[in-house]
Amino acid sequence: MSRRKMFLKMVTASLLRRRSRMLIALLSIAIGATILSGLVTIYYDVPRQMGAQFRGYGANMILVPSGEEKMTVEKAQECLTVIPKDQLLGATPYRYVNVEMTSRQRTFVAAATDFEQVQSTSPYFAVEGRWPEGDREVLVGKETAETIGVKLNNVIELSYKPEDTYVKNTLNMTVVGILETGGDEEAYIFTTLKAMDALTGVSGQLDVMEMSVSAASEELENYAAEISENNSDMSARLVKRVTKSETTVLAKLQSLVFLVTAVVLLLTMICVSTTMMAVVSERRKEIGLRKALGASDQSIRAEFLGEGMFLGLLGGILGTALGFAFAQVVSVNVFGSSITFQPLLLPITVIVSMGIAALSCLLPIRRAVEIDPALVLKGE
Amino acid sequence: MSLLELKNISKIYGELKALDNVNIKVEKGEWVAIMGPSGSGKSTMMNIIGCMDKPSLGEVLLDGVDISKESSKKLTEIRRDKIGLIFQQFHMVNYLTAVENVMVSQYYHSMPDEEEALEALGRVGLRERAKHLPSQLSGGEQQRVCVARALINAPELILADEPTGNLDEANENIVLDLFRQLHREGTTLIVVTHDPEVAEAAQRTIVLEHGRVAREIINENFQE
Ligand SMILES: Nc1ncnc2c1ncn2[C@@H]1O[C@H](COP(=O)(O)OP(=O)(O)OP(=O)(O)O)[C@@H](O)[C@H]1O
Ligand SMILES: [Mg+2]
Repeated sequence: MSRRKMFLKMVTASLLRRRSRMLIALLSIAIGATILSGLVTIYYDVPRQMGAQFRGYGANMILVPSGEEKMTVEKAQECLTVIPKDQLLGATPYRYVNVEMTSRQRTFVAAATDFEQVQSTSPYFAVEGRWPEGDREVLVGKETAETIGVKLNNVIELSYKPEDTYVKNTLNMTVVGILETGGDEEAYIFTTLKAMDALTGVSGQLDVMEMSVSAASEELENYAAEISENNSDMSARLVKRVTKSETTVLAKLQSLVFLVTAVVLLLTMICVSTTMMAVVSERRKEIGLRKALGASDQSIRAEFLGEGMFLGLLGGILGTALGFAFAQVVSVNVFGSSITFQPLLLPITVIVSMGIAALSCLLPIRRAVEIDPALVLKGE
Repeated sequence: MSLLELKNISKIYGELKALDNVNIKVEKGEWVAIMGPSGSGKSTMMNIIGCMDKPSLGEVLLDGVDISKESSKKLTEIRRDKIGLIFQQFHMVNYLTAVENVMVSQYYHSMPDEEEALEALGRVGLRERAKHLPSQLSGGEQQRVCVARALINAPELILADEPTGNLDEANENIVLDLFRQLHREGTTLIVVTHDPEVAEAAQRTIVLEHGRVAREIINENFQE
């Protein structure tokens, strides 16, 4: 049998055959490792989770033409290709045109858009009635609906006079929904792009594209920069109100997680250290005996460090499993979605727990080395 | 040259002289018993010979080397290489089996060798109990494991402090027989005992009183 094998045998036998005391140390390391791996998982998963949550507060990036020119639908679509499909949760085109409501002889802003996309970029838009399904159906903002006294299912006539003609184009539209947003949108009338094309006689023009992108603010900025760089006539910008609050909330949350992890690891270290201290005094005789049999201080150190690291290994593996379960429960309960296991977490947690265990053993090992071998000859 | 020579050894604890100007010579292959009342300094002397303590005054020559001045690191090495220890309380590592306990001694000395350790257990009649934990062995059996552990690295000198103090007649005889074998093989033995029968098995008995050598008795009836 090699020396290494004997070393491993002694270290493992010490832990496996004298279970009770070591179980406490193992448990505290496992708990520490659980919190560590659990919080790290949440730490890395929270931005994604929170990102999804924040996407409920509206678009976080807009695309506008940089000059006086309007942008075309094709151009806008081309710009979007910079953003990976799975990160682009929604892209809503808007074209704003001043139209006249014939019966009231008043001008309103009509916003032509894609109603399906609106629902993904602006999930907070509340519609009384229903969303339009065809080109002859419109949404009327609540404020406008009140000022002109329009009700659901009323038919209104919209008209528009192109600049170079004397003839007005008119369209009859059915109001299928009243829109409540708490913002400027309540003053608008919403139509489909197609209806607007028909009304104005000019098609394929856009004023702005609103996008909801699932990405951290840094990544967003990179996308925006890339779009603006590739297309000199386009400019992509972040919606600061949304991205800023997202970033600060995340930063605060992450520093909290960091703090809690540090405190838990410190507590683990104190607990393991105390337990190992008790183990050393419990095993005074055995340590004295080993020294009497010729163990050098170095061997005693190696054996206790070995036991500590073995505890760290077991505790780390146990903690990774428990920590993932813990993070999963938190994620499902708080964010309502599950997380995927990060394979890198296992080695990280194990290495950190082994390091913590080794650090915790330093003081107990010093005590062990100081033990006098002569005590084995003293009667008791 | 003697294997061991104590020259004017004193060990002083404050006011108390646990050892007071002791001079002893032990030749290679000799079997010496140490007797004396409780507190006379027997264990103190064994600690010094066993490289686990240093005298306050005097010189200890082991194999011609003065161990009274060595560093504790060096003492550990000398103890490991030259000395086998047997104690009154059997002192086994309680979570290791009998054979593993013997192998611990090999491990610190050089290389653990299970076959050799089993052979040593065979010598003390415990080959079948090799896989038992100390808690599954009787006191006598534990002491025999300790004898096997002490002889496994073929030390020049075996030090036993009250090796039979906790044993019954039958186990005492087994241990004494083992000592006789070791003696025949040329191992030097120093055995502290209260038991005249154990002392009579040795070639020579040194009696300590109040930390001094009171007298020496040569055993006329010693049988090889
Ligand atoms: N570390 C110590 N500090 C102070 N006094 C000590 C120390 N070790 C031993 N003594 C004292 O030295 C004297 C000799 O002790 P020692 O253990 O050598 O006796 P002993 O002959 O082995 O006795 P016993 O037969 O009871 O084992 C005793 O009076 C003891 O109290
Ligand atoms: Mg004694």
